[in-house]
Amino acid sequence: MKTSHESPIVVLVSRLLAPFIQLFALYVIFHGHYSPGGGFQGGTILAASVILMRLAVGEQAGNLQFRRSWSSKLSATGVFIYALTGIVAMLLGGMYLDYKFLPIPGLTDAETRAMGILMVEIGVAIGVMATMISIYDDLLEEHYND
Amino acid sequence: MKLLPLIMVCLVGALMIYASFGLPYRADVNAPFNRDTSAVGSIGAANHYIRNAMKDANTPNVVTVILADYRGYDTLGETTVIFTAGLVCYLLLRRKEYENKS
Repeated sequence: MKTSHESPIVVLVSRLLAPFIQLFALYVIFHGHYSPGGGFQGGTILAASVILMRLAVGEQAGNLQFRRSWSSKLSATGVFIYALTGIVAMLLGGMYLDYKFLPIPGLTDAETRAMGILMVEIGVAIGVMATMISIYDDLLEEHYND
Repeated sequence: MKLLPLIMVCLVGALMIYASFGLPYRADVNAPFNRDTSAVGSIGAANHYIRNAMKDANTPNVVTVILADYRGYDTLGETTVIFTAGLVCYLLLRRKEYENKS
């Protein structure tokens, strides 16, 4: 990859935009219960902010924000969170992915289901975000090796 | 050692074929997904979802409830597909650590 200091304008605008993109991604994830959105969309927007920083400031500084070695582990973690939610519900007496049986005290059945949906969406978001970044890094592997 | 993966694939495939025998016939009127009818009398599971989504999951967005709760298996599969795509890219393209070792 070429040097990252070619255009200070691009760097400055990307640094300004990235936090707002991340904020919007969190809104999309956590507001998925009430409006269009959810784990897949929010995770993709999160990944977009990280990839924007990598494009703008280059590989070295991008690594400070999100390490290359994290992405593959995090993508597995996201799927694992999803599967674990189902397994916990199964161990506590329900069917697989029956969120009613999740151990969250002080909530009615319907509210527990809403919490289960939220946990699942967070898992999906983490998995999708890390997978997008992982694919981007893998495609740039040639540049890193040169 | 190619034999072990082959045996694993055959076992999982046999398990899935075995599980498919437990599914109800598609046109069966008494199947759970054909039990509910809409206001005009047409049969389908969608009517049940639309009517009970708020009651079951306390979530106003019906799409989210169907995606993550009623069809949770489906979404788990979708997430796994994306994870698998990333994993294949990792296996095919990333070779920095590999080259360092050899």
